[in-house]
Amino acid sequence: MTKEYWRWDEKCWKDESMDPKSAGIISAGIDIGSVSSEAVLCLDGKFYASNTIRTGSNSPTSAKDALKPLLEYTGIAYENLDYIVGTGYGRVNIPFQDKAVTEIACHGRGANYMVGPSLRTILDMGGQDCKAIHVDEKGKVTNFLMNDKCAAGTGRGMETIADLLKVPITEIGDRSFQIDTPAEPISNVCVVFAKSEAMAMVKSGKTLNEVLASYCKAMADRVTQLLDRIGVEKEFFITGGISKNRGVTERIEENLGIKAVKPKDARLDPQTAGALGAALFGFVLASKKGSKKASRKGQTL
Amino acid sequence: MIANYGYMDGSGEYYITIDTDKCAECEGKMCIAACPKGLFVPIEDDYGEDVVEIDSGKVKELKYQCMDCKPTEKPPLPCISACTPGALKHSW
Ligand code: SF4
Ligand code: SF4
Repeated sequence: MTKEYWRWDEKCWKDESMDPKSAGIISAGIDIGSVSSEAVLCLDGKFYASNTIRTGSNSPTSAKDALKPLLEYTGIAYENLDYIVGTGYGRVNIPFQDKAVTEIACHGRGANYMVGPSLRTILDMGGQDCKAIHVDEKGKVTNFLMNDKCAAGTGRGMETIADLLKVPITEIGDRSFQIDTPAEPISNVCVVFAKSEAMAMVKSGKTLNEVLASYCKAMADRVTQLLDRIGVEKEFFITGGISKNRGVTERIEENLGIKAVKPKDARLDPQTAGALGAALFGFVLASKKGSKKASRKGQTL
Repeated sequence: MIANYGYMDGSGEYYITIDTDKCAECEGKMCIAACPKGLFVPIEDDYGEDVVEIDSGKVKELKYQCMDCKPTEKPPLPCISACTPGALKHSW
């Protein structure tokens, strides 16, 4: 089998100190992104467990593939879920959800939980799109902008380069700083053009790390332009898969002159902010409008 | 909420900005009928407010969608004239 350089860890995680048996409301959030899908479980509005998988070709299966192993891992029965909220580009196709909420609103709420009430600006770099979001102290969205037209600031763009240069995606960030001369910007972050430009750089004798640095820089510059449109207020937080790539995030921080904050609990993964927000919406909906548990009685996933 | 719909490309930035707090209070939602391209779509947003958004299928081609309305010698854009609450802005 050929090596897949875009791979990242797919795993279930739970907070061992919490007990689902003593929870009043169990809510689930599922974020079907174009590249990865996440499921998060909350107990009474507190983050409990998460799972991340690569999105398959069809959303209903991805939703199930993300949630089912997490239920098994945590020992929670499907019929005991009080509320299921779907989000992400594939949210309309999740057959077993109780409600769909946009990823903008879910990221706002999830990031607010991760950082706290002082959070004002979120940059979400997802698989296929990039969003800039302002939130108030409760995580309610006050301003947003979404770019899904080009691959700038998206995971898909980064994966293409990882595959092209045969560099594991998780190494790109560090390697992009292992250079002797400053990064020469790639002029075009459009995946198609960047690919040929990257190849040309390799042929002209640039090291792989230099090409990676150029690509990370180009992505950071494009995303900074996007952020400029709505402005960046502190605290500033980066979510989505590329939040783990310091090659891009540190160059964005440098452009803005602002450091991005980290989640207040290091166990919270910024990649799961959307799914966490969805689960938190689920908790609020179950508390205000009532549990939907009865509709799942006797069913399994 | 300030919602920015659109994109930037090599030729410029094409965004329609909607102040949805004004939409939530707007009875007539006249932008919907006024836009010849049907860009404004009524929705209930995530916080339960009745607002409008830009048709997601058309948002990536705003530059072309709005082209007919935009020659400089023409009076204000149909959408801007129709939106008496003043919720709309175009970036170009
Ligand atoms: S007319 Fe203006 S305020 Fe009313 S719904 Fe349309 S954009 Fe919103
Ligand atoms: S400029 Fe014309 S096509 Fe564009 S949103 Fe306004 S009314 Fe619609």
